Amino acid sequence: MALQTNREQDVMASNQEIRELVLARFGERILAAEEECGQLALTVSRDDHFELLKLLKESADLGYDILMDLFGVDYLEMGGRERYGVIYQLYSLGRNHRLRVRVPVPEQDPRLDSAVPLWAAANWAEREVHDMYGITFSGHPNMTRILCPDDFSGFPLRKDFPVQGIGYRENFEKIENPKTK
Amino acid sequence: MTTTGKSMDSKNGILNRETDFQEFVYQPQEERLFLNFGPSHPATHGTLRLVLELDGERVVDCVPEIGYLHHGFEKLGEYRTYNQVVTITDRMNYVSPFNNNLAYILSVEKLFGIEVSKRAQYLRVILAELGRIMDHAVCIGTHAMDLGAFTALLYLIRERENIYNLYELLTGTRLTVSYARVGGFARDRGIPADFMPRTLAVCDGLLKTVDEVDRLLSHNSIYLGRTREVGIITPAAAADYGITGPCLRGSGVPFDLRQAAPYSGYEDFDFDIPVGSTGDVWDRYMVRLEEMRQSVGIIRQAIANFPEGELYADSDSKVILPPKDDVYGSIEGLIHQFEIIMLNRGARAPRGEAYIPTEAPNGELGYHVISNEGNGPYRFRVRPPSFYNFQIIPSLLRGRLLSDTVAILSSLNIIAGELDR
Amino acid sequence: MGIESKLGDGIITTTLDAVINWGRKNSLWPMPFGTACCAIEFMCVLGPKYDMGRFGAEAMRFSPRQSDLLIVSGRVNIKMMHILQQIYRQMPDPKWVISMGACASSGGVFDTYSTIQGIDNFIPVDAYVPGCPPRPETVIDAVMKIQQKIQQERSREYR
Repeated sequence: MALQTNREQDVMASNQEIRELVLARFGERILAAEEECGQLALTVSRDDHFELLKLLKESADLGYDILMDLFGVDYLEMGGRERYGVIYQLYSLGRNHRLRVRVPVPEQDPRLDSAVPLWAAANWAEREVHDMYGITFSGHPNMTRILCPDDFSGFPLRKDFPVQGIGYRENFEKIENPKTK
Repeated sequence: MTTTGKSMDSKNGILNRETDFQEFVYQPQEERLFLNFGPSHPATHGTLRLVLELDGERVVDCVPEIGYLHHGFEKLGEYRTYNQVVTITDRMNYVSPFNNNLAYILSVEKLFGIEVSKRAQYLRVILAELGRIMDHAVCIGTHAMDLGAFTALLYLIRERENIYNLYELLTGTRLTVSYARVGGFARDRGIPADFMPRTLAVCDGLLKTVDEVDRLLSHNSIYLGRTREVGIITPAAAADYGITGPCLRGSGVPFDLRQAAPYSGYEDFDFDIPVGSTGDVWDRYMVRLEEMRQSVGIIRQAIANFPEGELYADSDSKVILPPKDDVYGSIEGLIHQFEIIMLNRGARAPRGEAYIPTEAPNGELGYHVISNEGNGPYRFRVRPPSFYNFQIIPSLLRGRLLSDTVAILSSLNIIAGELDR
Repeated sequence: MGIESKLGDGIITTTLDAVINWGRKNSLWPMPFGTACCAIEFMCVLGPKYDMGRFGAEAMRFSPRQSDLLIVSGRVNIKMMHILQQIYRQMPDPKWVISMGACASSGGVFDTYSTIQGIDNFIPVDAYVPGCPPRPETVIDAVMKIQQKIQQERSREYR
């Protein structure tokens, strides 16, 4: 047991610096690199996204070693882009920097390469995206439902799914009270 | 198992160590027991379920099954206004509710571009640290109870009851406080005069209890035997699985968002990050114990330097609830109140995405809020620390004894509410 | 009255129901089916300040076969409902059920696709405890209500 105060290490890398580093390597394949509420967000097509994630994780000067979060978004009501999106939230311990990678996924063929070879953390997160949005991750070791029961049909977080569901919560046998029988 | 009748009749029942024992060599591939651990089991702290494949006492493999507390929080959040969502956030990690409120409200305030006053920030820090103490108290208490030391739980619950009283004094509720609101807090009233002195008194008692638990448990040889070198998480594995919080610090990585990316005024406070060395269950326990002491230090600093001034950010804006005197006393105030709380009106955030990570008791907790110019979130995503911390459990259990399962599981402190959401 | 005067001092007569119910109500063995926030509050009910042991109901049994009072504390979803029903079936008669908190009683704020809108749709419930989560006093009140209910029961009903 030790006590540490690591304030001197906590220099946060600037978004501008990271953006230049990434753009220098990945060039025009980055579709957009904007700053949203203080966080750098890169948009990349789904053909390039695995390569970008690999670069971000493995290059020594970037070193995004932790996949903090991975989740899906349904852009049905926002319009102007592909129906689904998958967002990766990366964190670099060495540079103390956070980066968001957004990958659009089309409605007709909701399919994406799995990030499990890079981070084990992606395993359940991708299963959850699959469970909630029906996006399939190719190369995932176990692409099954995780939160909903196996016999559940439909994808709850899609915008066209009703909040109350469609009768899942009523399908149980009723046990009678033995005292009033 | 291969048993023949030979050992029984050999040499009048006297065992020959050379030959007879060889017939009892256990063939692990022949006999495996599948044990269903949970979802309703006292040691699973709620509704976790592990399917264990056992070879005698030894765990060969483990398949965690989650979703027994899935209630569609993220779906529900898309159908509520910004202030209403606060109410469902503290049902996520119900052991430290205010930390959830804080994490959510910081993201929303970032989206609206609101900066709350220093006084409000400090009050939030005090409440969040009390929440951290509560969470660690429950974690250590139930962890010790699962390992057979029931006393620590009763001591810690007594302290948690005192913290509940503090919460009740300030917010009116014991557990699910739902106290934060965009730009301030829920109730439009000042801080009760005896809140700060009582908080200090609770802190004093708390330190005594922490020392007591320390003496009871930390160097108890039974406890040491069951926790040292058990469930070791290496720093590399922790990074791979996205583990944060005390589990990561137990492995020796001094990563604490309160210092790495300070939020809500944490840059003003002076505290240390406890760091373990081997990453076993004992280290995680010690990190939690020490964090409770550090939290008391932060609370004392916050009370000593509690800033004067307004508790609420600029209340003229059409985002923040007006003072209750205005609502009851003037028609403008009443209209202002209705403009915010009515479901078809409400404050509308500009289009964008915000994510502010916070250091919750279990690790990094953040709410990714996407706005589509509506009066509520378009997408409301939680980064639950338990969800990522729990994934590592099969690799920790493989090859360990069945009794270690309980120690490892409780040291990760998985809260099913935020695991399944 | 004839019989009591002949029995002498130190002996009273009563009905069998009254004796059995008196025994049952003062030695409830609860099975806490704790899932969410209410389970955390339920820990306080057993804790030092409120202490349900004062009402003879402190012997927590996590095995349904050894208990006669099921306390459902917390939300129940579609994946969990089968398990709750199985636990209820495993409990021996006579048994009582407390539905603790708004979510177990009615679904609470969770009007979503996966939340059961009140466990009483699928298993019988004897006492409902309001609150989100209920205060410990309210839970103790529910246990006392169950005790009153037990006092009025007749063993003939369980045949």
